[in-house]
Amino acid sequence: MKVTFPHMGNLYIPLKSFFESLGVEVVVPPLSSKRTLELGCKYSPEFACLPFKVTLGNFIEALEMGADTIVMAGGIGPCRFGYYAEVQREILKDLGYRFEMVVLEPPQGHVWDLIKKFKHITSNRSFKEIYVAGKLAWKKLLMADRLDKLANRLRAVEMEKGKTDSVYKRALNLITEARTEQELGAARQQIVKEISSIKKASEKNLLKVGLVGEIYTLLEPFVNFNIEKQLGELGVVVDRSISISQWVRENLLPSFMKSKEPELLAKLAEPYIPCFVGGHGRESVAQIVSYANQGVDGVIHLLPLTCMPEIVAKSVLPKVSKIHSIPVMTLVLDEHSAETGLRTRLEAFVDLIRERKEEKELGVLSWN
Amino acid sequence: MRIGIPRALFYYLYYPFWKTFFEALGHQVILSNPTNKKILKDGLELAVDDACLPVKVFHGHVVDLKDKVDALYIPRIISIEPKEFICPKFLGLPDMIKSSIPDLPPIIDSDLSIYKNKRGFYEHAKSIGTKLGHTEKLTARAFRTALKKLNSYKKSQIIEERLPLDSGQKSFFEDYQSKNQNYGESALKVLLLGHPYNIYDNYISMNIIGKLQRYGVKVITPEIIPTQNLSAGSRYLNKKLFWTLGKNLIGSAYYYMDGGQPIDGIIHLASFGCGPDSIVGELLERKIARSRPVPFIRINIDEHSGEEGFNTRLEAFLDLIEGGSRR
Repeated sequence: MKVTFPHMGNLYIPLKSFFESLGVEVVVPPLSSKRTLELGCKYSPEFACLPFKVTLGNFIEALEMGADTIVMAGGIGPCRFGYYAEVQREILKDLGYRFEMVVLEPPQGHVWDLIKKFKHITSNRSFKEIYVAGKLAWKKLLMADRLDKLANRLRAVEMEKGKTDSVYKRALNLITEARTEQELGAARQQIVKEISSIKKASEKNLLKVGLVGEIYTLLEPFVNFNIEKQLGELGVVVDRSISISQWVRENLLPSFMKSKEPELLAKLAEPYIPCFVGGHGRESVAQIVSYANQGVDGVIHLLPLTCMPEIVAKSVLPKVSKIHSIPVMTLVLDEHSAETGLRTRLEAFVDLIRERKEEKELGVLSWN
Repeated sequence: MRIGIPRALFYYLYYPFWKTFFEALGHQVILSNPTNKKILKDGLELAVDDACLPVKVFHGHVVDLKDKVDALYIPRIISIEPKEFICPKFLGLPDMIKSSIPDLPPIIDSDLSIYKNKRGFYEHAKSIGTKLGHTEKLTARAFRTALKKLNSYKKSQIIEERLPLDSGQKSFFEDYQSKNQNYGESALKVLLLGHPYNIYDNYISMNIIGKLQRYGVKVITPEIIPTQNLSAGSRYLNKKLFWTLGKNLIGSAYYYMDGGQPIDGIIHLASFGCGPDSIVGELLERKIARSRPVPFIRINIDEHSGEEGFNTRLEAFLDLIEGGSRR
């Protein structure tokens, strides 16, 4: 059995680790690229959303490399994602690939179902072995998420351009290669050392931008043209509102283990979207309000074209932006998006919030 | 009180209930005009760009009504079948309207969700009654009357194969008598698939039903197919589809394709950028492509669709199925 899965940012690191610790052979699809997108678009329904197309491309590339088992997440709606696997399976079957698709449906309190599916994939490994593999994968995930957060601050202040990203790449490799918790501990020390070697400029008066929106377009650097890096290059500190570990906590853990934080956050969206609208539609709005309260200088809202929950969010954003006086820019992404256009819009947005911030500070001075 | 109901989206499914309910509470129900050029234009201007055509048209209907009524009824429809959803845009519809359209009258935006259980429908009515200041007793009575009316309407709709088509200003519900479909056994039968608010809105659908009927074609839609046949059809799915409208659409197609009853052709009318239809349509097309049981055509509509091209495609399709049935 050769297991594969779709890409979403650094998700492949914990997944690869999890399956390999259990002795399952893993085919990690090539990182999403132009070819992935072209393959995906060629065989996807025209009006499917971008994540559908790119993940289909991932599967095709993995099957070409000999994978025979696809692990994919499911869902219960109302967002389309919950039915991706069903349609993708049909498309791949019609293309003549032979494979098994294991769909991990959200457990809704039945963690056992999830474990049973893992047992199936790993040819009946014991619960303890699954637990140990899961724990290591989880630690790797947390470390990768933490690394992302650090890099998003460091890029804006690094003295030597590109230094953060070269450290970031090496660090990801170290995390990937660790096979036990001890090795991961050693990797961690090495990473900390490398990060502290990055020379920093003054951290005063930095611009800070929050990223909100649909989870896949936020997390997958290929479809968002590495927006975090681009903003960093423009001297902006980036805070991404969603991380993979957070998503896992909220969706795969049984309800009694969940934190209360998401509920409290959702309350912030109440004047605009008081109810769940699928995906992260309501959360996007809540995050913007939260960023405004924290004094962040601006927010960028990302969504794939025709994304239903985020369209609802987008429709209330002008109001949110006005009431909380925070600039918000929406970027709609699809297979026709181009990097230059995105870069121009990012630069214009950063100019705008920079001017706004300077004006504000001058205003305060003259008041005094 | 004058309560405005936009003639769009779920109007085609629930108007019999809404009208009876509000009238039983002693209110006057005012419908917006049938979709026209101005309504479409207002909708396009005010709605968020990325919304689909029917949601934009809904915005136009709200504009058409807002100065003529004391309150607008725009429910937050979350779920109309247990464990199923509607498209996320319906979940946020009142929010979209409130953010996009200025100077609105009060909005009755009570939640309608029977996701957990069927009692949700009554909870919805109760919440409206409370908002309008009625006693629970009166609300409960109005609810029962309205539900009875809706159920008997739906039943007769299926038995008499009556499509919910408005005639001019008159609503399909008031123009109760005239819509029976009478066709001989030899008439061509076409299964027309699409969301009710697309296929029954003559302006959006470019009168597709009228055109088909003029050619002597008997039009079958999910709304006139008995529920047990719909669920028999949707049982072929590997995983339950969580959108009610999409499930009905797939259910009717699979029922007819798998020999439930003979049919001469299938038309899928979808609006541009419709999320659920991008998934449902793909499943449908793949199934048809594999076995080719009947001719199939998918027509996408948006605000730029031209009627000429539409007619040409429809006529070509009818030629095709006529040839097929003569063979």
